Amino acid sequence: MAGLSHTFGPRKALDRVSFAVGPGDFTVLLGQNGAGKTTLFALVTRLYHASGGSIEVFGSDIRRNPQSALSRMGVVFQQPTLDLDLTVEQNLLYHASLHGMPRSRALQRAESELGRVDLLERRRDRVRTLSGGQRRRVEVARALLHEPDLLLLDEPTVGLDMASRQFLINHVRGLCATRQLAALWATHLIDEASDDSRVVVLHRGRILASGPVPEVRAETGAPSLQAAFAALTSQDAIAT
Amino acid sequence: MSTAQYLRCLGGIVRRELLRWVNQRGRFVSALVRPLVWLAVFAAGFRAVLGVSIIPPYDTYIPYEVYIAPGLAGMIQLFSGMQSSLSMVYDREMGSMRTLMISPFPRWFLLSSKLLAGVVVSIVQVYVFLAIAWFWEIEPPPVGYVLVLPALLLSGLMLGALGLVLSSFIRQLENFAGVMNFVIFPMFFASSALYPLWRVKESSLTLYWICQCNPFTHAVELIRFALYGEVNLVSAAVVAGFLLIFLEAAVWGYDPGRGFLARRAGAE
Repeated sequence: MAGLSHTFGPRKALDRVSFAVGPGDFTVLLGQNGAGKTTLFALVTRLYHASGGSIEVFGSDIRRNPQSALSRMGVVFQQPTLDLDLTVEQNLLYHASLHGMPRSRALQRAESELGRVDLLERRRDRVRTLSGGQRRRVEVARALLHEPDLLLLDEPTVGLDMASRQFLINHVRGLCATRQLAALWATHLIDEASDDSRVVVLHRGRILASGPVPEVRAETGAPSLQAAFAALTSQDAIAT
Repeated sequence: MSTAQYLRCLGGIVRRELLRWVNQRGRFVSALVRPLVWLAVFAAGFRAVLGVSIIPPYDTYIPYEVYIAPGLAGMIQLFSGMQSSLSMVYDREMGSMRTLMISPFPRWFLLSSKLLAGVVVSIVQVYVFLAIAWFWEIEPPPVGYVLVLPALLLSGLMLGALGLVLSSFIRQLENFAGVMNFVIFPMFFASSALYPLWRVKESSLTLYWICQCNPFTHAVELIRFALYGEVNLVSAAVVAGFLLIFLEAAVWGYDPGRGFLARRAGAE
């Protein structure tokens, strides 16, 4: 995305945000609540258009060629979006139909993705009977059903226990490494960005730093990403 | 995207709507109980008060229950149209709406499919209602049951599209009660669903014209005539016209550059 800006009335939600997520990159979009992460996701998923700037998904502009851009994108929203009264498999098949996939292929892909998140045996159960962590895993499986090249996750670990959090992080990292998936993982939990990930620090709609975690740490001279984040946001508060 | 892919997408959206309807027993039962209460209680009570003279499409004197049955079929569609659109969007997080909107198919197609899916559900409800109503001696000719299908499709689409428009433009109506008071009740009562319009004309000419301009009146008349084997061309044209207007407005409302989604996000 290049020079992405968005305003809600007089309030600037995003101000000239530019960064890229490459194939195989696990990029953590780090920001406190209200930093603009959810607005950024809404713009990338074309819920509404940005006031300024542009977004390209593997060469397709989201405004000019939304079909192509959206077909290569998988999304896990911050709020749960599964139908609780439908089974896991019915939820997945619905998603597959939204991408025009044939049923046989959809069943095959559902089996494969549910197997990866250890939920194959629950595929005929209603989503209502699953735990919060299991529902999140179903959402990740669903987002990957049509084999996207870019996976967007908006605060996917909120409300999950440690084991479920770790499972999700490892799963997505594994996909980046093995399938060259580009992942943008929005969070306010600093410990979700490990040394081998890239990080984009978003604060009050502006990017304060971006790059591999060790580089961001080095730039600020902080011993940890947590300290770097605190330094960057406090400098910004003084500057404004 | 090929035609087969479009059809798969449409099929998936319709299937989901049917599954949700079957699985949510409360919604299933209340959708049926509402018109049956009107038929069994209201119509029985008013039977003696309201005499209905011979008016098209009926060729004889009819009991009041027979008169209001098409209106109640319309009511099922009116509730269904408002409910499916509004429940979707007024789920504050817009979960199901967001899942739909990130599909790579064009937005007009997704909205139309969503609309059609709701209409399919409402048509099933109407047929179940008509089957039960048969025991109240509401016995239209067999051809009526066939002819009413396209009529229900058209009226259901129009009312569903209205629901979509409302859901995209009116932010203040945060709950269904508001829609009940300001949309469903006025549309239902200021129509030919419960009383023939010549009766309304006798008491108030202004109200008569309001009823005539009400798209729901024409939806009910379209259903009424079809149920008795006739086509009411004027009503069909009016319903089709309103459908196009509402559909255009709904697509505008959901446009990522102009519509309510952006304004709504800004307000939160």
